[in-house]
Amino acid sequence: MKKQNILFALIMAVSFTVNAQGYQVGDKASDFNLKNVTGENLNLYNYADAEKGAIVIFTCNHCPYAIAYEDRIIELDKTFREKGYPVIAINPNDPEIAPEDSFEKMIERAKEKSFPFPYLFDEKQEVYKIYGATRTPHVYLLKKEGQDFKVAYIGTIDDNYKDAGQVSKKYLADAVNALLDNKKPDPDFTKAIGCSIKDKSTKK
Amino acid sequence: MKFKYLKLVILLLLVNSTFVFSQDIKVYNFNGFEKYLQKTGDKVYVVNFWATWCKPCVKEIPAFNKLYDEYTKQGVELILVNLDFGKDVQSRVKQFIKIHQIKAEVIILDDPDTNAWINKVDINWSGGIPATVIYNKSKRKLYEQSFEYEFLEKEVKSFL
Repeated sequence: MKKQNILFALIMAVSFTVNAQGYQVGDKASDFNLKNVTGENLNLYNYADAEKGAIVIFTCNHCPYAIAYEDRIIELDKTFREKGYPVIAINPNDPEIAPEDSFEKMIERAKEKSFPFPYLFDEKQEVYKIYGATRTPHVYLLKKEGQDFKVAYIGTIDDNYKDAGQVSKKYLADAVNALLDNKKPDPDFTKAIGCSIKDKSTKK
Repeated sequence: MKFKYLKLVILLLLVNSTFVFSQDIKVYNFNGFEKYLQKTGDKVYVVNFWATWCKPCVKEIPAFNKLYDEYTKQGVELILVNLDFGKDVQSRVKQFIKIHQIKAEVIILDDPDTNAWINKVDINWSGGIPATVIYNKSKRKLYEQSFEYEFLEKEVKSFL
């Protein structure tokens, strides 16, 4: 009985740690069903374009880092959608804190920039927590293995948010190309400065 | 004609001399900036990463101003590390300093290869701002969050 209790406590402690930190490379990515700017919902595991995987990017309207990367995200989708890795953008912010990130403004932004990719709203702010996103933009590259999506790369798009012309390391594009060549991305984890995710339940 | 020209020169000199007093804010790449994370004096160093457009950063500025007013004499050194980019960063940040009456040292960190240096600030920093490092000779801690004054004071006190 006592042993069982300890075991239970251990399992709880482990699962809590995993939840608190979100995904690591190699983890199975859970499904999500979120509202797209088109008005329809998008379900990751039923998304036909995600033939080989998906480039999930937590991003938003208001954040200057996210804005600096908008054109590059469009290009990434144009390059990799037809190769089986479409971009799926998700706005994780609470519009009460960041009014620019309301669903209506998301629709406007998607139209203005003619986003070729789905732009979803994590209205309940659950998905970003499961994934462990902490900032915008924050990329999770997923690879389809059998029926599952597995996390293959976490991090940033490249090494220069200020100027696309000055980029020397295209971390995300290199990672997708590695997967297309049946190789492991290297590096498979990078960091970047970004805007904290706006959530009333945290101090950010 | 010549006289007019002279007048113009004098006017330009006058205008320029007023600019001399509002010196540019120092801009560093990470290598140049790193010394701010490695001070070895007897003080408590509070290094805050922020941007003018970052709402939770702006919200905590009054707390840092208060910390500056009440703890500078007690050996707390505050450094506000600005991460703005784009057009007119100097004038934007100067304007912000004026409006928010910031007396603490403000510097600009301009180094876009952020993956190369975030872990050097702190291995636990995911990269979101605001973020603050508090350290002294013997310990350091990262706070990836926005501060209310009471909590900031409590944390700083634990380093004094």
